[in-house]
Amino acid sequence: MKLIFEKGNEGRGLQLLPDLDVPEVEIAEGMKRSKKPALAKVSETEISRHYTELANRSYGVNNGFYPLGSCTMKYNPKVNDLAAGLKGLTDIHPLQSEETTQGSLAVIKELSDALCEINGMDAFTLQPAAGAHGEFTGLLLIKAYLHEKGETGRTKIIVPDSAHGTNPASASMCGFEVINVPSGSDGCVDTQALREAVGDDTAGLMLTNPNTVGLFDKNIKEITDIIHDAGGLCYYDGANLNAIMGICRPGDMGFDVIHVNLHKTFSTPHGGGGPGSGPVGCKEFLAPFLPGHVVEEKDSMYSLVRPSRSVGDVKVFHGNFLVAVRALSYILTLGKDGIKKTSQAAVLNANYMRVMLKDTFDMAYDETCMHEFVMDLSRMKEETGCSALDFAKGLLDYGIHPPTMYFPLIVHEALMAEPTETETRETLDEAVRIFSELAKKAKENPESLHAAPQGTPIGRPDEVAAARNPIVRFMAD
Amino acid sequence: MGTYIPNTEKEQEKMLEAAGYKDFEDLFSCIPEGLIYKKELNLPEGKSEMQVLCEMEGLAEKNKVMRHVFRGAGAYNHYIPAIVKSVVSKEEFITAYTPYQAEISQGILQSIFEYQTDICELTGMDVANASVYDAGTAAAEAVNMCRDRKHSGCLVSEAVLPQVSGVIKTYCFAGDTPYQTIPLKDGVTDTEELEQLLSENSGTACVYIQNPNYFGLFEDVEKIAQITHEHGAKLVVGVNPISLGIVKTPGESGADIAVGDGQPLGLPLGFGGPYIGFMACRKELMRNLPGRIVGQTEDSEGQKAFVLTLQAREQHIRREKAGSNICSNEALCALTAGVYLAAVGADGLEKTALHCMSKAAYLKNALEKIGFSPVFDRPFFHEFVTECPADASLISAEMEQRGYLTGLPIDNNRLLWCATEKNTKDEIDGMITVLKEVLAK
Repeated sequence: MKLIFEKGNEGRGLQLLPDLDVPEVEIAEGMKRSKKPALAKVSETEISRHYTELANRSYGVNNGFYPLGSCTMKYNPKVNDLAAGLKGLTDIHPLQSEETTQGSLAVIKELSDALCEINGMDAFTLQPAAGAHGEFTGLLLIKAYLHEKGETGRTKIIVPDSAHGTNPASASMCGFEVINVPSGSDGCVDTQALREAVGDDTAGLMLTNPNTVGLFDKNIKEITDIIHDAGGLCYYDGANLNAIMGICRPGDMGFDVIHVNLHKTFSTPHGGGGPGSGPVGCKEFLAPFLPGHVVEEKDSMYSLVRPSRSVGDVKVFHGNFLVAVRALSYILTLGKDGIKKTSQAAVLNANYMRVMLKDTFDMAYDETCMHEFVMDLSRMKEETGCSALDFAKGLLDYGIHPPTMYFPLIVHEALMAEPTETETRETLDEAVRIFSELAKKAKENPESLHAAPQGTPIGRPDEVAAARNPIVRFMAD
Repeated sequence: MGTYIPNTEKEQEKMLEAAGYKDFEDLFSCIPEGLIYKKELNLPEGKSEMQVLCEMEGLAEKNKVMRHVFRGAGAYNHYIPAIVKSVVSKEEFITAYTPYQAEISQGILQSIFEYQTDICELTGMDVANASVYDAGTAAAEAVNMCRDRKHSGCLVSEAVLPQVSGVIKTYCFAGDTPYQTIPLKDGVTDTEELEQLLSENSGTACVYIQNPNYFGLFEDVEKIAQITHEHGAKLVVGVNPISLGIVKTPGESGADIAVGDGQPLGLPLGFGGPYIGFMACRKELMRNLPGRIVGQTEDSEGQKAFVLTLQAREQHIRREKAGSNICSNEALCALTAGVYLAAVGADGLEKTALHCMSKAAYLKNALEKIGFSPVFDRPFFHEFVTECPADASLISAEMEQRGYLTGLPIDNNRLLWCATEKNTKDEIDGMITVLKEVLAK
């Protein structure tokens, strides 16, 4: 399809503004741009149809099953969008006075308090805009705390080899050296290797739990003890929080700091890649280091307070506020019962699907999983030549978004599936049927999977060519 | 009460049985007993949709929407064309994840490719990424982009939005990057001081300025670029995208990287977010850009296709060696900016910029007549600073009660004002009348 720049014509456009009602000011010649930017020249009809066509060439949760592991692609409730669209929330300047923004401050306070309770933490900041941004923020708290204690020799962050790439990248951005520890054969942290890795240079540990193979690390208390005994702090990557809400709490497992993803666990939409929100929570001793401002309540008036030894700002204002509005609306809907039921149903859906598939596919770890499970397609690849990639592309022709491919790195030919709690049993049964049919296809007609997908707007793109000769913008001839 | 779980309790029981579990306790038995949270969460009972909406409306009503906004300082009150909201409400865009599966994500990928093109056109740069979180993180990431083995420090003008320089400073603390500020002269970056600082700090990786700057004034970007480059450092310029409808681009002025906040391009004030940080640079720096970049290629049939590209820069491949940790960005806001720019076009953007400038000039004159004398006598865009004949915070508070968000008090007796195309002459005149009443009190 054409780009918007290839549509329309000179002179087309919308009538948006009235004529100027004050004397026109001219910009000095030397300060003026030499030529106008080559933006689209289109009418409103053309804009409307262009983006409808783009929407038709996109796939969201509302188009069908989206078991993208580690991304918690649950349904995004509409009432949350209504709330986030209220004029009293959208049309508020971030630098209005506290007196005229009591509603916004209440949103921040109520959401922070709820997140503290769910996670067993003492304080939260909503300033980080995404999960990775939360990791960065959490590690900064650790860095600032250690610096204040004069422990500048603690320069190493321990990260399991099953971690998301953002963990080591965040540690690097915070000036830490990354120590990778291998996972044991059970997919969990090898506590012996961890004991050998810690020392008086240990700043902390970053751990995702349930981990990236979908398992709850049974040794989690021992792990946090090892780190604390060595003088380090424990960071909980809450990417997988959807498995444990109301069941157990990171704060009770010995973690000092955590980030959660509102755009995963708390149902806010992903928007094709963002905006997200990655609030960071911590225990009381780290609260003075939180970034931005926290909301305090006194005599039923809310005010913004800069924590006493704040690391500064990690974002310009109060975080992705309208995302926080959606998350609060979600938590209010669920309440204490609904939150727990949500995690129960998420784990049930994952295990149901895992058990229905385990006779057809090799599970990387054949045991009870949490909210997601990882299939290992190595044997299929060996026997049929069809890889995890081929299998994923095959799913596209059945209208299913494939599971996360080739992650975690410790499993070869990995497909990580996270059905989430908002899927019906019928959807799961249908997906199991399709997965199994594809497995059969891999044996009987592997070529058809190599050639998949066939029914999508484009076939497999040439990614190598894209990277070798980058075309990253449109240029008119 | 409310959950979004479709399966009934009965159905769940059957599923538990089919999967070989007695009950939920059995299902969760892999969690060590001692860690199970035995209490109920100390949260309210769940509520019905009607009750939730009512409660959220109650919170919204506790805010006061300002009918008349004359405040900017990093968040700008612009007209949002009707088509923008309509397009960005499409569920296929809202409910999709990052476009990992290109075959079913061509729509989102193309929208980002178009956005990247828009940003290159606005800034006069060669390459743009798919966005970062906001102006502050874009600035901080740009500073990180300039570091190499021999250069690490950054010099930041004092005429930068304080929250943006604050974020740069935080990232510098994180990365152990030396951070220094450049003093001002008459409200703009002092080029002599800049030259001095660069001579004293040979390891400086970059200089960061904002144009128009925090006080609304135009910087001499070309001269600053020249000085910066003479000392082997790179120039990062923070810009307001609306101003680029008319103002000389960072590319034309010799900057190496242009960043800014795309909020003025169709995003509501939203108490500060979500906004969108845009980043664009010269092609030599392309592989240092953080975050997603969409590229054009072909599919197996030779059809035009878009993919996430140059991924060898990113965290999921390079892990601790990646230049940035960014994963999620602000894609839906990039879409918003793209639709906004398609709706206004180059002529509309120029008109908007001219309206902003003209209304600000009119506002400045009107204010001067009632005793708010301008602090600087230099060319400015749509923001400017005045003295205040009474306590600035007091004036601001009094006016807020009357539905007017005045200029931002930047100290006891100075206000930073802003006007946009949304402020009519009548509205400005009306504000002046009310301001006079408040002063007379």
